[in-house]
Amino acid sequence: MVLSCHDVRKTFGANVVLDGLSLDVGEHEVVALIGASGSGKSTLLRCVNLLAEIDDGTISLDGEDITDPKINPDRVRQKIGLVFQSFNLFPHMTVLDNITLAPVRVHRRPAAEAKEQALEWLTRVGLADKAGSYPDRLSGGQQQRVAIVRALVNSPRLLLLDEVTSALDPELVGEVLTMIRDLKGDGMTMVLATHEMGFARQVADRVAFLDRGRVLEQGPPEQVLGAPTEARTRQFLARIIEAGRL
Amino acid sequence: MTSELYRPSSIQQERIAYRRGKAIRSVLLAALSTAMVGTLLGLLITGAPGWQRVRQSFFDPHIARQFLPAILQGLWLNIRMLVVCALCALALGLLVAVLRTLRGPVFFPVRALATLYTYSFRGLPLIIVIYLFAFGIPGLRLQGTPNVTVLGGAAIVITYGAYLAEVFRAGIESVHPSQIAAARSLGLGYRQAMRFVVLPQAVRRVAPPLLNDTVALQKDVGLISLAGPIDAIRAAQIGVAQTANFTPYVVAAVLFVLLALPLIGITDWVTLRAARRQNAGA
Amino acid sequence: MVSRYTFTTVGGVALLLAALAGCAPADSPSASASASPSADVCPAGALDTTTAGKLTIGTDNPAYEPWFSDNKPSNGKGFEGAVAYQVAERLGYPAANVTWTSVTFNNAIAPGPKAFDFDINEFSITPERRNAVAFSSPYYLVRQTVITTKSSKIAGAKSIADLRTAKLGAQVGTTSYQAITDLIKPSAQPQVFNNNDDAKAALVNGTVDGIVVDLPTAFYMTAAELKDGVIVGQLPQVGVPEQFGLVLDKDSKLTGCVSKAVDQLRQDGTLAVLEKTWLAGTGGAPELS
Repeated sequence: MVLSCHDVRKTFGANVVLDGLSLDVGEHEVVALIGASGSGKSTLLRCVNLLAEIDDGTISLDGEDITDPKINPDRVRQKIGLVFQSFNLFPHMTVLDNITLAPVRVHRRPAAEAKEQALEWLTRVGLADKAGSYPDRLSGGQQQRVAIVRALVNSPRLLLLDEVTSALDPELVGEVLTMIRDLKGDGMTMVLATHEMGFARQVADRVAFLDRGRVLEQGPPEQVLGAPTEARTRQFLARIIEAGRL
Repeated sequence: MTSELYRPSSIQQERIAYRRGKAIRSVLLAALSTAMVGTLLGLLITGAPGWQRVRQSFFDPHIARQFLPAILQGLWLNIRMLVVCALCALALGLLVAVLRTLRGPVFFPVRALATLYTYSFRGLPLIIVIYLFAFGIPGLRLQGTPNVTVLGGAAIVITYGAYLAEVFRAGIESVHPSQIAAARSLGLGYRQAMRFVVLPQAVRRVAPPLLNDTVALQKDVGLISLAGPIDAIRAAQIGVAQTANFTPYVVAAVLFVLLALPLIGITDWVTLRAARRQNAGA
Repeated sequence: MVSRYTFTTVGGVALLLAALAGCAPADSPSASASASPSADVCPAGALDTTTAGKLTIGTDNPAYEPWFSDNKPSNGKGFEGAVAYQVAERLGYPAANVTWTSVTFNNAIAPGPKAFDFDINEFSITPERRNAVAFSSPYYLVRQTVITTKSSKIAGAKSIADLRTAKLGAQVGTTSYQAITDLIKPSAQPQVFNNNDDAKAALVNGTVDGIVVDLPTAFYMTAAELKDGVIVGQLPQVGVPEQFGLVLDKDSKLTGCVSKAVDQLRQDGTLAVLEKTWLAGTGGAPELS
């Protein structure tokens, strides 16, 4: 088990967002989280990344309890990559500097080596010519792919993707999804929160439907998306189909 | 392809001609009224009975020439103090701002001290602080008391540092939390996130008000003169007293404006450049 | 085609012009060349003063000892306080018809109508200043004096050369500052202060080694205000002797009469008596050379 969440509880004030949620992710597995807004998808990812502190339960990475207060969260975050819906590239740095910041400053790799690796990745995703550009010169799709590369160069054990295509124009979504598919081919362990049901069907090994802070139903995509057992899952999917997104 | 063959239609040409005519009329009217008002003001001032006396009293070229060297020498003190005090105040302000934004209950005493500092020194008039430092501290007769210029400079740095700290703090807090989240997600520690992600953006955002404060500082460093050293205004004041004529003040004023122009130019340039970079990803 | 907007603009400008023209410059007394006083143009108590029937005298605030007393010029004490009331009397204004007003140095030299008839405030007469103000005849001969405290390094100085290595200070706008730069020429730049109180504080702190003030102020400070105050010595008079005069507006019609009054005080010995009364003990200060 790369990631093991057990009985995780998270509240914001009086609002219970995660209510005893349990989820396991094995090596090389790709798990898609689906659910309505407020169901806890983003919160779960932020808790796994220790950006938010859980109120109860445990989260383990490779068997180690990362929610232990004695653990240094920065060290944990070096092993986990998180990509955001709004890309969050650093606007005052070039694309190359964005990508090499963490390898050089956190992992203490030599600058030349980090730059070489960054350029390799950029070439692979077809953005080598943008290495010296500032983020404001890139399209949304390009920025998101840079954000994913930025998370990948640290060779994380686990990559978390939080609705990474939701802020993109439809014709740009494809290039990001292609990249994620390639990463799966590389064997990257990923948890992705998404609204793209078609994509979840193609790329996920397992789909987990979150409802009211718990995993209500999970299983292979054909089962959860095609023939869900729970009523609420069916209701949710019906709304998605109505919106023309399935 | 088609743009090469495009020619405006006759309707469009009419519109262009009309707008051009209207624009020319506006400009002519503006120029005419400006000229009229300007001429009238000029006549009013120079036609006033007291004009000769005023011109002699404020715009005497001999006296201007006579005291220009002394005023320039005083201005040199202003410039030196400006550079040193500005750098020190910026450093102090940045430090205090970072201290004020530290999170976590363990840092409460530090935050409290920093807040107390910014509250009290923004309220204290600079003149009083200079008096306290330049006349009070030497009175204690401690070993190794620095000279009044250093003490006065320290007073200016401490007072302006409080203002700059608040400007920096506003800049730091204006950096979207998602930036910090992204930095932390990459494994950067708090200090690293501040240094590489937050502060560079914060400083660029508040560059305009910072530079504004620097221009204000340029004028306030002259207050050091009440402790004894002769700055440009004091040199002008000496000339005024010697000749019973205000021209040296006018000379000093012109020099101050000239000194501020490069700073103002830099402010505008920095503002324009920073605005470009701010909204990537939006 | 003239639009409505054009009419508004032209109308606005016309209104502005009318308003400006309406601010007719105030009538000011025509500059008359009254250089030579003659007896019949000084009617006692009926001069062309700012307030008819009253004499308005100006001085600065605070008004220092021994020139005034208790910062209240109206009590007539202090050398300049006494001289002012004597001049007023000679002009035909008894004490009851004298009002005092606070006048800063800048007010006194500014062009434009003055709020006083004459100003008395240790103004030294110089040719340069005559371009901006009118002076009466002089009423006091000034000597610049170096003072310090007993612990200062120049306490025992005997000559100007001994002062060259010292850090000296003076009040801004006084001929004391010029005396330092012209006569002593020290290697360290002299320090300049807003007023004699600050200069005194700097002396007490030791941030200056000594300060230069006029002789009566020197005696007063060392006797009454400074602990262990010491008079180092008087600076030599170089060139035209420095003298105090009353200050009037450059175009004032009273200059002749006021000068005449001062001359009378000198001729009948009043000035000497007042000096002895208020500036006693100002003899016997060593001379520096």
